[in-house]
Amino acid sequence: MGASKLPGYLLGRVVKAAIVVLAIVVCNFFLIHAAPGDPASIIAGQSGAADAKFLEQLRAQFGLDQPLHVQLWLYLKGVLTLDLGFSHRQQMPVSTLLWDRLPATLLLTGAAFLFAVGLGVTMGALAARRVGTWGDSVITVLALAFYATPLFWVGLMLVLLFSVTLEWLPSFGMASVGVEMSGLEAVLDVGRHLILPGLTLGLFYVAVYARLTRATMLEVADQDFVKTARAKGVPEGRILRRHILRNALLPVITFAGIQAGQLVGGSILVETVFAWPGIGRLAFEALLARDYQVLMGVFFCTSVMVVLFNLVTDLLYALVDPRVEASA
Amino acid sequence: MGLSRRGLMATAIVSPWLMRAGDALAQGIQPKRGGTLTTIVNPEPPVLHVGVNNQAPTLIVGGKIFQGLLRYSAKLEPMPELAKSWEVSADGLEYTFHLQENVKFHDGQPMTAEDVVFSIMKFHMEVSPRARGVFARIKEGVAVDANTVKFVLSAPFEPFLLMFDVTVSAIVPKHLFDGQDYRQAPAVQKPIGTGPFRFVEWQRGNFIRLERFDGYWKPGQPYLDSIIYRVVPDSQSRRLALETGQVQLTQSNDIEPFDVPQMRARPNLEVQTAGWEYFGPLMWLELNHRVKPLDDVRVRKALAHAVNRDFIAQRLWFGIGKPATGPVASSTRFYDASAKMPAYNVEAAKKLLDEAGLKPNGQGVRFTIRHLSLPYGEVFTRLGEFLRQSLRQVGVDLQLESVDVGTWAQRTANWEFDTTINYLYQYGDPTLGVERSYVSTNIKKILFSNVAGYANPKVDALFTQARDAADPKARQAAFSEVQKLLVEEVPLVWLMEMAFPTIYDRKLNNVITSGAGVHASFDDVFLA
Repeated sequence: MGASKLPGYLLGRVVKAAIVVLAIVVCNFFLIHAAPGDPASIIAGQSGAADAKFLEQLRAQFGLDQPLHVQLWLYLKGVLTLDLGFSHRQQMPVSTLLWDRLPATLLLTGAAFLFAVGLGVTMGALAARRVGTWGDSVITVLALAFYATPLFWVGLMLVLLFSVTLEWLPSFGMASVGVEMSGLEAVLDVGRHLILPGLTLGLFYVAVYARLTRATMLEVADQDFVKTARAKGVPEGRILRRHILRNALLPVITFAGIQAGQLVGGSILVETVFAWPGIGRLAFEALLARDYQVLMGVFFCTSVMVVLFNLVTDLLYALVDPRVEASA
Repeated sequence: MGLSRRGLMATAIVSPWLMRAGDALAQGIQPKRGGTLTTIVNPEPPVLHVGVNNQAPTLIVGGKIFQGLLRYSAKLEPMPELAKSWEVSADGLEYTFHLQENVKFHDGQPMTAEDVVFSIMKFHMEVSPRARGVFARIKEGVAVDANTVKFVLSAPFEPFLLMFDVTVSAIVPKHLFDGQDYRQAPAVQKPIGTGPFRFVEWQRGNFIRLERFDGYWKPGQPYLDSIIYRVVPDSQSRRLALETGQVQLTQSNDIEPFDVPQMRARPNLEVQTAGWEYFGPLMWLELNHRVKPLDDVRVRKALAHAVNRDFIAQRLWFGIGKPATGPVASSTRFYDASAKMPAYNVEAAKKLLDEAGLKPNGQGVRFTIRHLSLPYGEVFTRLGEFLRQSLRQVGVDLQLESVDVGTWAQRTANWEFDTTINYLYQYGDPTLGVERSYVSTNIKKILFSNVAGYANPKVDALFTQARDAADPKARQAAFSEVQKLLVEEVPLVWLMEMAFPTIYDRKLNNVITSGAGVHASFDDVFLA
């Protein structure tokens, strides 16, 4: 890649990305408003009593008495000035709600991501190295099992084993509440809470990375340059690392890029089963409560992240494989 | 009437205290200071200020932070809370409340008669549709002195004394709300009440923490140091949290009915279904009378005959709840046991449908109706499936439609359904919680109005008569008559008097001491 081409390339990509994000915002807006029911009717339903004045008050307070195009315009104006609006249901700015939840989500998805990439690539590499042996079979079967098992079931089984039977780990939440703890204790406490949800979320991806790495490594291992290296007398370990693994990483990076884009979105399922206070649950609950502003805020953040990580992935290709040129 | 009220009041002051102290002593346990109660709140409330929000979770948590003038026994007798005594004038128009002394809000300000007048006459009138309906009858509300409040009604309203629970009309601090938009005042985010526990921290999606209020007006109380409400969205995770002792109390819909038998079997846990008498939730099959043939009384009777209500109470809800007998729950005042809805009888149902001219076709189907499932969890899905089976037996094809809460709320409110499931609180008196579902003046496109569209001038007249009569005997006569009329007409197919399991560690004492159960202030709850 020529160094001079990079800024122009980046600029082009960023402009495109901005247009895509804006289009997503508008689509989301109409999708969400197309769902039957509105926040006022839901609050009325949950309160067990309502009259016309009550609904009117709520709709006026939420700005739902405005025509739809005015609501859209107000929202777009807000987004362009990085103001994600106000959740009238929860009486809080959307950005506050998102920032409160983001650390928990990033901790969970980040830990699961690192765990998945690390263990997955290692397992894949080991399997590829010993292809056809019993070690390979064990890894392949395990990967298949992780891949095929529903997440919530894995979660519940882990809880049954580690929380109920062995009583080693807490079954829900992100930290112990109402207990005074010093800095290190608090970190360890969060760590203990993180193990089960992290494992549950990570296992599926471990399987994906293991299978992907194994398959591409086997493909690369058959190519001529590997045979040449071997003929030159390069040690087997080095061949594996430098020649095979590096060349086999491209599809893995592609997938990691996709997964990384989803990190911010969290995982509704795992966050629900483990009562993890993350963004996935925030989005899900906002959807059920028709808390439009919050839902659009989450969508906005995740779409920005996905676009951003796609860009980073493309740049990473060039870094790992000099043959790939960055081009719009 | 004034006399009998005062008599009631006297017993109300003495007996609950004796009884509760007796309970604790009977088990050989003296109340003990200290400890943290960790429990569950589900779903997570949007805000914690009662009045501004009246969802069940808000009322349960808010009930610890706020208090009403009165509380109620399981038999719905008023008991003192922020009011230490009260009098009703002989004509039933003047209600005088004498307040407890030395009551403070959590910000240190004293609670006075001004706060009470503000809460009733302004705050709840503005924010709460249910309170508004009744308090609109108050002609005048005045603070006689710092500790005395008088309300003068424009006409007698016998159930008036039922309106002062914390879940209906909590006393809020005037100095934090007056002159502001009540829904958006800063105090909504940081609720300040007179309750035994003050709001400390809320990490959204995670937990709510309340701590002992040192300035609480009952000396030596509350016993607990703090209460932590964990937000746990998955029902199986909630069950595990209870089983593993990570929480000591669950309530309301926390534990699915089908998990309750296993909880009963655990020696360290106590399962109670009492503590919902004040709310008296009654569940029914809502029928849209605008949809043929549901406008035919023979068809509605047949549907009532076709459903085995014992099965619903025993096999779907595992005994948490009782089969309904009619439009009024048995815990509600003026319940008439002699008014009985059609009993389970498949043959009678078929005969009625034949008489209505609805003959089965080749597949044995007489007619088809769409049923909007109530999206309140697994047990309601099972109920929908059971109803489909039951009605299929008599040749009615019930087609289930699954929707989410928002869709259900909108379509039910807009009459866009054939049948659905609904349950409403009765609030202890048919005027407060039953009338609204049957009178023609309340046929509105609003949830919890008469969405069925049932109209009968006789029913309207009887409910009005019962509402306006000052004498309980006259009210009973009108309510008995209307109950008999309604079980003949079957405007809705009543299914079950609901209750919700309160499950707690046996170390926890005094969890349920009133007809409002876990909504109470918990100032007498202790861990032993």
